[in-house]
Amino acid sequence: MNELLAIRGLRTYFHTESGVAKAVDGVDLDIAQGEVLGLVGESGSGKSVTALSILRLIPDPPGRIVAGDILFKGRDLLKLSWDDIREVRGNAISMVFQEPMTSLNPVFTIGMQVMEVIQAHEKVSRREAHRRAVDILTEVGIPDPEQRMKQYPHHFSGGQRQRVMIAIALVLNPSLLIADEPTTALDVTIQAQILDLMLEMKARRAGASILLITHNLAVVAETCDRVAVMYGGKIQEVAPIDTLFKTPFHPYTHGLLGSIPSVEGPKARRLTVIPGSVPDIHQLPVGCKFVTRCPYAFEPCPDNEPPLIEDAPGHWVRCHLYPHGGKPAI
Amino acid sequence: MSSEILLDVQNLVVKFPVFGGVLLRRVGEVEAVKGISFQLNRGETLGLVGESGCGKTTVGRAIINILRAMSYRVEISGKVLYRTDSGVIDLLPLTRTQMRPYRAGIQMVFQDPYSSLNPRKTVDQIVGEPLRIHTEMTRAERADRVRWLLEKVGLSARHVNRYPHEFSGGQRQRIGIARALATNPKIVIADEPVSALDVSIQAQVINVMQDLQEEFGLSYIFIAHDLSVVRHISNRIAVMSWGNIVEIGPAEQIYKHPQHPYSQTLLAAAPRPDPAYRRRRTS
Repeated sequence: MNELLAIRGLRTYFHTESGVAKAVDGVDLDIAQGEVLGLVGESGSGKSVTALSILRLIPDPPGRIVAGDILFKGRDLLKLSWDDIREVRGNAISMVFQEPMTSLNPVFTIGMQVMEVIQAHEKVSRREAHRRAVDILTEVGIPDPEQRMKQYPHHFSGGQRQRVMIAIALVLNPSLLIADEPTTALDVTIQAQILDLMLEMKARRAGASILLITHNLAVVAETCDRVAVMYGGKIQEVAPIDTLFKTPFHPYTHGLLGSIPSVEGPKARRLTVIPGSVPDIHQLPVGCKFVTRCPYAFEPCPDNEPPLIEDAPGHWVRCHLYPHGGKPAI
Repeated sequence: MSSEILLDVQNLVVKFPVFGGVLLRRVGEVEAVKGISFQLNRGETLGLVGESGCGKTTVGRAIINILRAMSYRVEISGKVLYRTDSGVIDLLPLTRTQMRPYRAGIQMVFQDPYSSLNPRKTVDQIVGEPLRIHTEMTRAERADRVRWLLEKVGLSARHVNRYPHEFSGGQRQRIGIARALATNPKIVIADEPVSALDVSIQAQVINVMQDLQEEFGLSYIFIAHDLSVVRHISNRIAVMSWGNIVEIGPAEQIYKHPQHPYSQTLLAAAPRPDPAYRRRRTS
C-alpha cells in the first residue's frame, strides 16, 4: 500500500480547569493513496481532534499536540513552520466541516471565497482565478455559476453551501480531503447527493484520498474502503469495510452495529444496547478505555491497555480477547 | 369514532403569517400544514417522517394546542378530536385554561435534552411539576411518584435532588420521558427524541420508550427524520412533504413497497449499514 499520510503516536491534550483531557491519546493511522478511510466514533471519542491535529488547527491554549508524528508524503507536518503548514492547508490537504451555515463568511460573495483560496496559494490573475472558480462550481453542480458567484452565502441552501465548501476544498486538487461530519446537518436526500458528489470528485482526481469523519456507520458503509473505530481517544479497530460489518472484532464495534436499526431487512424487536455512557474524558480508565461498558471485560482489562494488534490481514483490534486466530472472539 | 381511536386529526391546516415592511404589516403567509388527516389508535406508535420544513413538528404542536401561545396570529383550522373517558372533544378551539384538563393525557418529549429541562430546578421539581399542576397529590405522594418514575426510566431514585447539568444527554432525555409520563398520559408526542443522542445512547432510549409503551399501553406519535429509527419503533408511518401527508400505512408496507414517489426517493436516499447495498445501488 502506498501511504499518503501516516499518523504515529499522536497525542493531543487539552488543559482545562477540570484537569487534562486526553482527547487523542496515542493514535496510529495510515491513509493510502486513493482510498476513502472512515473514522467513526461517538462524541468525545477524539475523531474530530485527530482531524484538526493533522492540519494543526487545534486551538492552543487550551489544546496542544504533545507527542507524535504526522507524516504526509514523508514530511512531518508537526515540524513544519507556520508558513509551511499554511501552504499545506487548502492546497495539499483541505477540509470540509459539518456546519455549512457557519463555515462560509456571510459578508463575502461566494465568488470571492472560492477565488481567495486560489489566489492565496498560486500567483494567478483575477481573470484566471475567476475562470477556475466557475469551473469548479460547475463541477460540484452549482447551476449558473457566473451569476451565483456574485451572491452571498445566505442565498444558498444548506446542500448548496456544502457543495460550495467542497468546491473550495477541491479547487486546488489536494491529495487529501478531510471531511468532518460533512452531511450531519443535512436532510437525508441531500446527504446522499453530497456523499455521491464527494466520491465523484475523488474519482476524477487520480490518487486523491478522503478521510471521512462521522458518527454514522451507515454513511461509512455507503462511502468508505476502510474504517477505523475510535473510542476514548484511541483507535480500537481498523478493518476493510466489508470485514468490519461482517466480522467485527471489538466488543465496542459489536455494540455499535447492534444499536443501529436499518431501513430494510428483518426488524429486531429490541435493539441491543451498549450499557452505560461514554466515560468522562478527564477520568478515562487506565486500562482498556471501553472496560466500563464492555460485557466481555475480564481480569486484565481494567489495569492494562491492550495493544493494537493485526489479528487478520488488514484487520487490527485493540482488545485483550485477541489474538484469536483471525476470527471474532465474540 | 371507534373506541380504539384515541386521536382523530381532520383536515388540519396551519398558516403562519409573514410580517414585513417598516410597520411590520402582514405581507403574506406560510402554509406549514396543508390540510392533513390521520388517526392514532390506542397502544400504537405512529411515525411521522419527513425532511426539515415538511411540517412534522408543527403537527405535533398543533395537537397539544400550543401553537397559539408560540406564534403570533397563527391561523389554525380543522379538527383534533381527542377521546376522553367522557366522550370525544375537539381540542383545537380550546383556550389554554380549557385545555388544561386534557393536557395531562397528552404529553410531549422534546428533541434537545439540554434546553428542554430548566437548569435551575432539581429533577424532583422537574418531574414533579406536572403532578403539582394536574393532580391533587400531597408533597410526599409526589415525591414517591417521582422516585418511582425515575426507576421506571432507568435512573436511580437517589438522583432526585440533582440538577440537569449533572446528567449526560441520554440521562436527561430519560428525565424528559419521566416528566412526560408523570400524569399517566394516554398519548406521548415525541419530537425527534433521540436525534441529539449518540448512537449507543439512542438505542437505550428507544428501548426504554418501547418498554414503557408495553407496560402502560401508551400511544406514541414519533416525529423524526431518521428513517431507520422510525421504522424500528413505529407500527404505522405517515410520510410528510411540504405540509402534506403523501403516504400513510403500516410501517413494513411503506418500507417494502413505498407507493408515493417522494417516499421512494426518501427511502432510496437513506444510507444502509451494509457495504453490499452501495454496490447494488451504484452498479
